[in-house]
Amino acid sequence: MFDIDKWQEILSTIKKNKMRTFLTGFSVAWGIFMLMILLGSGNGLSHGVAENFKNDAVNAMWIWTGKTSIPYQGLKKDRSIRFTNEDYTIVDNLKGVGAASGRYFMGSTQYSFEGEYGEYTTITCHPDLKEVERMIMEEGRFINQVDIDQCRKVVVIGKDIYTGIFKDKPAIGEYVKINNIPFKVVGVCVEPGNTRNRSGFIPVSTAQKVFNGSNRLHSLAITIEGKTLAESREVEARIKNTLARKHHFDPKDDNAIGMFNKLEAYLETMKIFKAINIFIWIIGIGTLIAGIVGVSNIMLIVVKERTKEIGIRKAIGASPGSVIGLILLESVIITTIAGYIGLVLGAGLMEGINIFVERSFEAAAATNGGRGDTLFRNPTVDINIAIASTVLLIVAGAIAGYIPAKRAARIKPIEALRDE
Amino acid sequence: MIVLNNVHKAYVTGTNSLHVLKGVDLEIEQGEFVSIMGSSGSGKSTLLNILGILDSYEEGSYYLDGTLIKDMSEKKAANFRNELIGFVFQSFNLISFKNAVENVALPLYYQGVRRKKRNAIAMEYLERMGLAEWAGHMPNELSGGQKQRVAIARSLISKPKIILADEPTGALDTSTSYEVMEILKEINNDGITVIIVTHEHDIAAMTHKIIRLKDGTISEVIKNGDLMDFKHRYTKELETA
Repeated sequence: MFDIDKWQEILSTIKKNKMRTFLTGFSVAWGIFMLMILLGSGNGLSHGVAENFKNDAVNAMWIWTGKTSIPYQGLKKDRSIRFTNEDYTIVDNLKGVGAASGRYFMGSTQYSFEGEYGEYTTITCHPDLKEVERMIMEEGRFINQVDIDQCRKVVVIGKDIYTGIFKDKPAIGEYVKINNIPFKVVGVCVEPGNTRNRSGFIPVSTAQKVFNGSNRLHSLAITIEGKTLAESREVEARIKNTLARKHHFDPKDDNAIGMFNKLEAYLETMKIFKAINIFIWIIGIGTLIAGIVGVSNIMLIVVKERTKEIGIRKAIGASPGSVIGLILLESVIITTIAGYIGLVLGAGLMEGINIFVERSFEAAAATNGGRGDTLFRNPTVDINIAIASTVLLIVAGAIAGYIPAKRAARIKPIEALRDE
Repeated sequence: MIVLNNVHKAYVTGTNSLHVLKGVDLEIEQGEFVSIMGSSGSGKSTLLNILGILDSYEEGSYYLDGTLIKDMSEKKAANFRNELIGFVFQSFNLISFKNAVENVALPLYYQGVRRKKRNAIAMEYLERMGLAEWAGHMPNELSGGQKQRVAIARSLISKPKIILADEPTGALDTSTSYEVMEILKEINNDGITVIIVTHEHDIAAMTHKIIRLKDGTISEVIKNGDLMDFKHRYTKELETA
């Protein structure tokens, strides 16, 4: 089977029948090439979307207030629900809730530093907001529990505020005036979940004292401990029921409070991508089958074309086994090499696209505070899948070649030689 | 060397059965130079195919070199062909994408002889055929006579005991035909049995024994001594024609 002479014989046959070799090889290379591109694009798309989801904690949930839409317990509808510190404490202590932070938005607050002014949003929060929103500290630290406990007048400013009013001067430890009240800058941050970083964060306790916010909160941002959708929904329901009891609204009322469960959205999107992936696989397998059919088709023609040659070989002493070996090995060699070429070209193209995508991502990130927007990331194919499909094609090619080879071996030399 | 007893052969196509050989008895000794003659359809090519183990037969027996050749496995038949028999065909049957020396060397490939060695041996045989300088040429670059000489070199390279030639001169002009016959004669002088199928009387007359087939049986065997007579009759036939 593996003596050099046999290989030489086959290689010289391949070399001298270039058109035939090319046609066989091309269908295989094309099949693998297309599969690589399809799978790569599919992967790129789902990687890109997964990347976008990474910007917030996947298990994050936001809860905000609204107006009731159903009369409940004798209370009329259209009643506004308000969150207070108490709600924060209740939700924070609920089972299944991880990090939690209350939020109070103060729109259009004036920030000033050494004669530079700017209108920005101020958000009051708890330390856990950093975890929920996956905030990245460029400098310094985020609000901590001591700030909350001691009602410290400290602020963490978004990167755009820093560049806007500090103009590249060191900010940490400086005092910035927010609506004319000085706050000490303790950190500069970037919010990955937002395209801009025009918010300053101050401790919720401080704000409620300084800005007369009483104990009100606009919304709660929390993370849920629970990996599956079912667990996540259970916590969601628990929070809603608890708040419904406290604020006297119907737990079925969807307008009283709003909830956005990131995990749910994430899983929904991933489901779509699973469907897209299945679709891509179906097309990919279809392409592979087309390649296999192409190989067997060409092998059938090859045997037909070589009938006379096979007859001659048999007349001068070739055994049926050696004829099968000749045809089969030729087909396997061609599919292997062509499959490899298709693999390298396909993978190479996807890698090239990857470099391009990464570059444009970096360019986008550079102009956007370290954050690029993209739907397409890392469009590469798992090398194991690539190799497995090539091997599959080779095996299929061998099987496809075996049937005509078997037929070739059965050719009677006289019939073959009569075939003019 | 070759012994046939009451060999029958029929080609079955669908419901039709064509009885080609109807009981052929034949004996050919080692070193004979035999021609098989007969009009088309008389079964001469079929007989040659059976002799060459290229075709099977239904009835009777065929002993080649003392071995009964019947219902042989393909592999064993291939072995026999490779070691005992050399073929020469009317249409040369060279492999078109191999050059002369590679074509000649092919039987040795199936005997497992290393490439270098078999190509060297093939060169020797090409030299004997006076084709040394054509060794690297492809079949389509050779003339008919050259092709046939390459084919003869190929049939000889495995040192067979029998050369079977099916109309070896059928595609060649007269002078080339005589050249090829000269070569076959030389081969015969080395002690190899040569059996040719032909319908040309002058070619047949160059052999030592003529077997005439008619309607699937041997109608006449003209031996060495009678060949003069055959030649005489042949010229007479020509005159009347």
